[in-house]
Amino acid sequence: MENITQAIQGIPLNHYILLSSIIFSIGVMGVLIRRNAIVIFMSVELMLNAVNLLLTAFSAYRGDAAGQVFVFFIMALAAAEVAVGLAIIVMVYRNTNSADINVLNKLKW
Amino acid sequence: MNLFYVVAFLSIFFSLLVIFAKNPVHSVLYLIVTFFTFTIHYILLNAQFLAMVNFIVYMGAIMVLFLFVLMLLNLNKESEPLKPTLLKVAGVVAGMCLLVTLAGSLKVLSVSEPVVLQNTNLGLVKNLGKVLFNEFLLPFEISSLLLLSAMVGAVLLAKKEA
Repeated sequence: MENITQAIQGIPLNHYILLSSIIFSIGVMGVLIRRNAIVIFMSVELMLNAVNLLLTAFSAYRGDAAGQVFVFFIMALAAAEVAVGLAIIVMVYRNTNSADINVLNKLKW
Repeated sequence: MNLFYVVAFLSIFFSLLVIFAKNPVHSVLYLIVTFFTFTIHYILLNAQFLAMVNFIVYMGAIMVLFLFVLMLLNLNKESEPLKPTLLKVAGVVAGMCLLVTLAGSLKVLSVSEPVVLQNTNLGLVKNLGKVLFNEFLLPFEISSLLLLSAMVGAVLLAKKEA
């Protein structure tokens, strides 16, 4: 256990922020460039996880356990969100026979 | 110290594969690997409880749900409708702009203090449980309500004829 906690010593906090920003941006890009609803959903999960990692890093940096509790709540929220979202995708698929988001343009105009 | 950079590189690499993989099933599998690298990050930060929760809830439950829906809807075919190349390039440029804005506004590239674990048993179950059931007892109970309503909503939405 000591080796593991030693391994993290000396990483600047900025590198965690940079890593989380990069992964969050990748999630945003995924939402923008894909048309499959499920892949878009997975990109949203990627963004949520980037935020989780950053909260944990800040929590360890400040020595405050509240950040890790927030991450726990975000995970519970993500589970609920995935259940409802996938149910909606299944319903859309049943009505339109595809998971393509371009079919869902009724609210566009 | 180097382990962090190796794992960070792997996280970025696999999350790029998630959004650029043609087949949605491959995307899900790459996403599982990405979440595994996140678990390693949590272990490096000595957040052992979160590492286990991430491993079980995300990699176990949520990803199985994704894979299930994907297989159920029979979307695991190569011929996915693709956006025009112009829109794709615009999306990538927009994402890069977001990244540059975030990095610039947070002054990410300047020198900062290193992460030092002040309290090494911060992320253990004992410590987190005390915080969760003292300060955050009400949100914890409310989150159970949220999960219940999500479950009811999911069943109601996915039912054949509502």
